[in-house]
Amino acid sequence: MKLTKRIFMGAVGAALLATTPMQALADGWKPRKPIDFVIMAGPGGGADQIARFVQSVAEKKDLTNRPLVPNNKGGGSGAEALIHVSNANDPDHTILVTLNSFFTTPLRQSNLGIDVQKFTPVAMMGVDPFVLWVHKDSGITTIDEYVETVREMGGEYVMGGTGAGQEDSIVIAYMSEAYGLDIKYIPYDGGGAVAKDLAGQQIMASVNNPAEAKGFYAAGDFVPLLAFSDERMPAYPDVPTIKEQGHDFSYYNQRAVVGAPGMSDEAAAYYQDVFTQIYESDEWQGYLESESLSPLWMNADEQRDYWALQVENHKKLLAALGE
Amino acid sequence: MEVLSLLADGMLLSLQPLNLAMILIGVTVGLFIGAMPGLGSVNGVAILLPVTFLVPPGSAIIFLAAIYYGAMYGGAVSSVTLGIPGASTAVATTFDGRPLARQGRASLALVTAALASFVGGTVANVLFTLFAPVLASAALSFGPPEVFALMLLAFATFVGLGGDDIPKTIFSICFGLVLGAIGFDQISGAPRLVLFDYNGFLQGIGFLVLAIGVYGIGEMLWTIEQSRGEIESTTPKMTIKGITADTKEAAKRGWRGTMIGSFLGFFVGVLPAAGATPGSLMSYGVTKMLSRNPEEFGKGSPDGVAAPEAANNSASTGSMLPMLTLGIPGSPTTAILLGGMVIWGLVPGPRLFVDEQEFVWGLIGSFYISNAAALLINLAFIPLFIWMLRMPFTILAPMIFVLSIAGGYAATRDMFDIWLMVVFGLGAFFLRKFDYPLAPAVLAIVLGPIAEPTLRQSLLLSSGDPSIFFTRPVAGPITVVALILIFLPALKVLRRRVGRKSKKPA
Repeated sequence: MKLTKRIFMGAVGAALLATTPMQALADGWKPRKPIDFVIMAGPGGGADQIARFVQSVAEKKDLTNRPLVPNNKGGGSGAEALIHVSNANDPDHTILVTLNSFFTTPLRQSNLGIDVQKFTPVAMMGVDPFVLWVHKDSGITTIDEYVETVREMGGEYVMGGTGAGQEDSIVIAYMSEAYGLDIKYIPYDGGGAVAKDLAGQQIMASVNNPAEAKGFYAAGDFVPLLAFSDERMPAYPDVPTIKEQGHDFSYYNQRAVVGAPGMSDEAAAYYQDVFTQIYESDEWQGYLESESLSPLWMNADEQRDYWALQVENHKKLLAALGE
Repeated sequence: MEVLSLLADGMLLSLQPLNLAMILIGVTVGLFIGAMPGLGSVNGVAILLPVTFLVPPGSAIIFLAAIYYGAMYGGAVSSVTLGIPGASTAVATTFDGRPLARQGRASLALVTAALASFVGGTVANVLFTLFAPVLASAALSFGPPEVFALMLLAFATFVGLGGDDIPKTIFSICFGLVLGAIGFDQISGAPRLVLFDYNGFLQGIGFLVLAIGVYGIGEMLWTIEQSRGEIESTTPKMTIKGITADTKEAAKRGWRGTMIGSFLGFFVGVLPAAGATPGSLMSYGVTKMLSRNPEEFGKGSPDGVAAPEAANNSASTGSMLPMLTLGIPGSPTTAILLGGMVIWGLVPGPRLFVDEQEFVWGLIGSFYISNAAALLINLAFIPLFIWMLRMPFTILAPMIFVLSIAGGYAATRDMFDIWLMVVFGLGAFFLRKFDYPLAPAVLAIVLGPIAEPTLRQSLLLSSGDPSIFFTRPVAGPITVVALILIFLPALKVLRRRVGRKSKKPA
């Protein structure tokens, strides 16, 4: 008998059917225990807020039969989380809320041996823009005044951020280069801590996501100066983009959920379904709008392509930073 | 007094049947979750968050706050009766609670813990009611140099904690600092001290893993060795008369610790970097330092139980403050509460007190009611907790071992941590045999990871100039006091030596 492609595929299919438990075929895969919902950042920052919001939506709508248990692992710019998820002994019950350190940390620390393409795509929930903020007591209201002040301080201008090679440091590095600024950069363990220390004027400016700074902006403490989005943001119509200022640059933080490497296809399909429902919920759509996130829905293959593209982009950005 | 009328409205709101039921259920559930080793308020709030979507937001946060309170009371229970810290916030309670229990005075320890918790909670509530906005902005004035100065102060109070043997205390602190440095470096992001290349070390050493190892397993080994199998049979009795007597004694011998813990705990809790665990440890240290009988500490001083218990309750209330007013969680538990608030459509931050008055005052009102309910429910359950102690040690010891393992696993769900815990337990046993104090190591592993990044951030701010710790208006005085405290024992030793020398010729 000649082994035709069709017969071969049929045999593979039959083998798969035989080894797949009937239960799974009847109802689809379902989690059997609480899901380890790992967050690549410390409590209070943008990634953490989103993770907890998503978890609340899942609970409220009763989308998972086992709870998502948030697990903050912010150490080492997310390396702690990446290693934890890579070594998960139960990949079907381990998912990760990512930000761009998903791309930068494996690039900067190649000794960790993390290959992002081994992770399992689940959902791209949106992308989060960055804004340059100062405290209102600084008296600075425009980007021109800001540039002037920073230049006058000659290297003594202090900004806070979430660490070398992190999203905001890439933005700050680009901005410093573009405007010829010399900035003293203090690393913190999360965007929430950065916003708090800007509110207390321990630092002079920050590049935070709108969600992290919104409360202080609403109270009049923070002044937005410059947006790093492609277009002006609806919530901040008077804030110019860096593109308008003649610098071809935009930078967004990905808000995506990925599964552990080695997750079964059934489990991946289950989580993709859950997060599609969360994405389409009124709550999430409202959150995207109120926190100034841009929607960027992708299917699993598109997500893999996006990862590859982002890895390439970040290689260039980090190389330009001298990392 | 606008504040008082708002507060009265808030209290009325939390006395509505649904809300009152939420408080009673929440406190009781919280009490038992807190009493389980390894499970603390974080787990309680996380597990029960989904339940709250069944009720209106106001009732929901009241429920979560009640669990939070209940768990804070409950943490003391296993610290006292079993010697295993019920939660990281109750580690300092084992220092004196366990010795009291071994002397057959468990009821005194539990009553002291309950009363101190109540006073701590009340003091914190009053401070919260009157000064919330002021305190929030005070918390903002704490930048990296201020936080570091405060940590230095905490270490200074602990130099005196290990008794007279200062070199051994300093060794213990350094040992804790090294353990605390394992994992990822916050400033550079690079992994460090990954011993034997075990990935388990990358996530750092969990505080609870160390605490349960040292106090659960280490303590049990010690007890077995000391008693050589013949365990002292204390048969604690519980009578109404006994409770009244205990209450009187607790008030008399624990008031000092209660007061220090209440105020210091609240203040530390308000700082977003800290939280209830550092607050309770610091209060223990300060109380011992200021006590007239510092030698009693560690051997069963009611003050030593009262200080951390008052502090962990008042710090829990305190840590709500930055969460509500700044949107920054002061503790892991408040981070979960924050997630809940966002889904209920409330935006924590500076505008919350203006835009959502009914919610805010309903919550504050519920703090008062939850606190009172927690005291009564806790006192009612004390006989049950005492009853556990009547079990023969041959049953109790394996139970402690099992609970320790379960508690260590519950925190991180990682088998690696269980092996680590056993190693710490054995290590603690031997260190104790050689008379090394262990409390300073436990303190160091909590405070080290706060102190180190703030030290480096401060030095980055000042371009490497250490005078930043002396010249800033808030950091300066704290640093000076801390340095005096650190060098005071050294000066005493020096003076004694000089005194001895000058006597010789005579």
